[in-house]
Amino acid sequence: MTGRIHSIESFGTVDGPGVRMVVFFQGCPMRCQYCHNPDTWELAGGSLMTVEEILKQYESSRHFYRGGGITATGGEPLMQLDFLTQLFEAARKKDIHTCLDTSGITFNRSNEEYLKKIDRLLASTSLVMLDIKQINDIRHKPLTGHSNVAILDFARYLDEKEIPVWIRHVVVPGITDESADLYHLGRFIGQLKNVKALDVLPYHDMGKVKYESMGLDYPLKGVPPLSKEDALSAKKIILTGIRDARTNAPDPYCS
Amino acid sequence: MRPEWRAFNNGIWEHEINVRDFIQKNYTPYDGDDTFLAGPTKKTEELWAQVMELSKQEREAGGVLDMDTKLVSTITSHGPGYLDKDKETIVGFQTDKPFKRSLQPYGGIRMAEKACADNGYTIDPEIKEFFSVHRKTHNAGVFDAYTEEMRNCRSSHIITGLPDAYGRGRIIGDYRRVALYGIDRLIEDKEEQKDTTRSTMYSEIIREREELSEQIRALKELKKLGSIYGFDISKPAMNVKEAIQWTYLAYLAAVKEQNGAAMSLGRTSTFIDIYAQRDLEEGTYTEEEVQEFVDHFIMKLRLVKFARTPEYNELFSGDPTWVTESIGGVGIDGRPLVTKMSFRYLHTLENLGTAPEPNLTVLWSTKLPDNFKRFCAKTSIASSSIQYENDDLMRVTHGDDYAIACCVSSMRVGKEMQLFGARANLAKCLLYAINGGVDEITKKQIGPKYRPITSEYLNYDEVMDAYKDMMQWLANVYVNALNIIHYMHDKYSYERIQMALHDKKVTRWFATGIAGLSVVADSLSAIKYAKVKAIRDENGIVVDYEIEGDFPKYGNNDDRVDQIANDLVHTFMNFVKSNHTYRGGIATTSILTITSNVVYGKNTGATPDGRKKGEAFAPGANPMHRRDTHGAVASLASVAKLPFKDAQDGISNTFSIVPGALGKEDKIFTGDLEVDLELALSEDQK
Repeated sequence: MTGRIHSIESFGTVDGPGVRMVVFFQGCPMRCQYCHNPDTWELAGGSLMTVEEILKQYESSRHFYRGGGITATGGEPLMQLDFLTQLFEAARKKDIHTCLDTSGITFNRSNEEYLKKIDRLLASTSLVMLDIKQINDIRHKPLTGHSNVAILDFARYLDEKEIPVWIRHVVVPGITDESADLYHLGRFIGQLKNVKALDVLPYHDMGKVKYESMGLDYPLKGVPPLSKEDALSAKKIILTGIRDARTNAPDPYCS
Repeated sequence: MRPEWRAFNNGIWEHEINVRDFIQKNYTPYDGDDTFLAGPTKKTEELWAQVMELSKQEREAGGVLDMDTKLVSTITSHGPGYLDKDKETIVGFQTDKPFKRSLQPYGGIRMAEKACADNGYTIDPEIKEFFSVHRKTHNAGVFDAYTEEMRNCRSSHIITGLPDAYGRGRIIGDYRRVALYGIDRLIEDKEEQKDTTRSTMYSEIIREREELSEQIRALKELKKLGSIYGFDISKPAMNVKEAIQWTYLAYLAAVKEQNGAAMSLGRTSTFIDIYAQRDLEEGTYTEEEVQEFVDHFIMKLRLVKFARTPEYNELFSGDPTWVTESIGGVGIDGRPLVTKMSFRYLHTLENLGTAPEPNLTVLWSTKLPDNFKRFCAKTSIASSSIQYENDDLMRVTHGDDYAIACCVSSMRVGKEMQLFGARANLAKCLLYAINGGVDEITKKQIGPKYRPITSEYLNYDEVMDAYKDMMQWLANVYVNALNIIHYMHDKYSYERIQMALHDKKVTRWFATGIAGLSVVADSLSAIKYAKVKAIRDENGIVVDYEIEGDFPKYGNNDDRVDQIANDLVHTFMNFVKSNHTYRGGIATTSILTITSNVVYGKNTGATPDGRKKGEAFAPGANPMHRRDTHGAVASLASVAKLPFKDAQDGISNTFSIVPGALGKEDKIFTGDLEVDLELALSEDQK
């Protein structure tokens, strides 16, 4: 079986613990406005690779990855669920730490067949990095082109299955930086028991060049990058939400 | 036991010159963190401000503030020099004042003259006459013996950077011996060595006896240098301040007499720590005082200066002195050699600010204490000034008391030395193979008139055959040129004080070097896996290449081309080894052009990998710029495949990374280091 792979980065330091081999899967249903990999959107692109090819590359540099592992990202890796499962199963057999970086958008609890497949994948997944883009569904749709219902449900499901999760949230000025949204994101995370870390990342516009080179309009034209300080204060608000959820404190934003 | 050795543990070191044994029996491993470190004292800050001001003046004066033009530098040639005598705790300069460069004509009078002239000074005519007529120099000796072929190779740059007009450097005296034993004991030892040479006077025995006499003379002069600065270094050092001072004076004697291409210090930190530890326990000095001594010592090492020409500086991209100090590593008994002094040395980068010299080199092992690793990482991020080398690899051949000379050359301190040999341009050699020994730039017949490649498209097997023949020729000319160089250097510019601080029986590494590795690997890969068309000028000389199709490029962890690079090193090394080497030198090679790769590239025509004429080579064993497209690990993995056993003098890879790529930003760390959210919250609530 082959997967459609956009590219492989051999020295990933920001996509999971340690130094990691990062596999970019081709194809994504989301159209996030701040996506910095628009070249991974098309399902038909990328090049075909087998599990063996990917792991062979990993093995040849294995000593660099002590304390690290493989991260599947993209694109949306869950779009190629069967291939992804084979990759993670084969990796785990070789004692490789596996990390899934996903939006969770494809999750569907009502489809039993699908759920079986997801369970099989999760059995070989060491860590999930879940990107919650916007807690407020009304704002989530224009930002990504989809509802966040499936995403939040996936977060709950991972909690039920006790899969370790790192939550990622990108703070975009004017789009995801409102205090109420940040706080409510925190309240949601506070209900989960499997969250090991929280990455609050400031929006940057380094993806702009790619859009231009692909002849696409950059959707966030004019939106300034966020400062580190602002990202840190956003994180504080989220942490307050988490604490309030865990102590059952009242929600100051609900009157 | 001698009073200077009070409280030290006994060992063989008391009965023979054996610094390693002293260290092993006496050092205190440290696995704690950096919180004990002291900041700069007021005196340190004032002295450093003075240095910064002098540096500014030096820059404004065009690079040189003052130079000797008449007084030839020897160990005792100059009176004492100070920045501010009352503030300096460690003293000594190469001349009678800081920033004044000394005159060292023994390597070559023309180079010394030019170094003066290019900086706006005129060498004294009597000195020039003396070293042109009455006293031969190393440079003059070499050119008396060079063959025409060697001269041609030199001027066409297929062999470059040869130390035939400047000091070869790369010899590290065991400067610690002076602190541990004092000069008198060392002289006694050398006298005994001289008394026990063989008695039939073959030329090698005569040379040995003459060299030992020179060494003894140098030690006596070093003792005098001590007294010039008011110290009696005939006896061992009593405390940490003296241990640093004695060690520094020994090093100073070396840089007063040798303007070598690399004048490295050795491995002193853990040795010095033994004294610091004793003084702290005895209450002689405080941590602040110890750090002040170290800061002042490092300050002195930063101010080592030589008179050099603009060409030399161009070759080495700057004015490097390569005062390399090796820090850390692990002992063969498994105990890390990290002490508090290892921290103190690195801490100078914070106390004095960042600087390229001394070249602080951490001998890295997976077994180093975590706290030390963290401190190294922190200091690297803040200063970008630490060099790292693989101790786990080098310890196997060199034990646990070796040091690095220059950037990567490892040698056991006081037991091994290197005969530095610059490098052969393997990329140009490939072009010679294609053009039958004709230089692609000058169009002159430089190499042997072997049959050139005449086909329009290059055939891999044919090119490889021709290339191997040409490499064999090159290795022969190269090694023999080096034989002449080292013979003459020993004869006319002998490193007497450095050799006085070596054992009698010394292992000599006969170093050679390779430039253009990644260019050749990619070129051969292009010829093998793509189609390479040769573009010839009107005389049939190939001057350019056209590549049709793609080919695997070195630096992407692709065995198809990485194996070519690997074979190349092995093959060339075998050709080198098949030649006679001076004084039983053991042939090694290095792949380490950290800066000179630019100049080598400038003098090399277009190559079959698509590199244009004059374009810089990649540094060291690096892949060519922008051809490693699979990320850093793949690039590093290609380099790591090169056979260390064939390139024991070192393989270097220059690796830069923006700090943000190592964990997002300085304030926003990815994964937040697995922070426990509950805990983070309660911290937050406080």
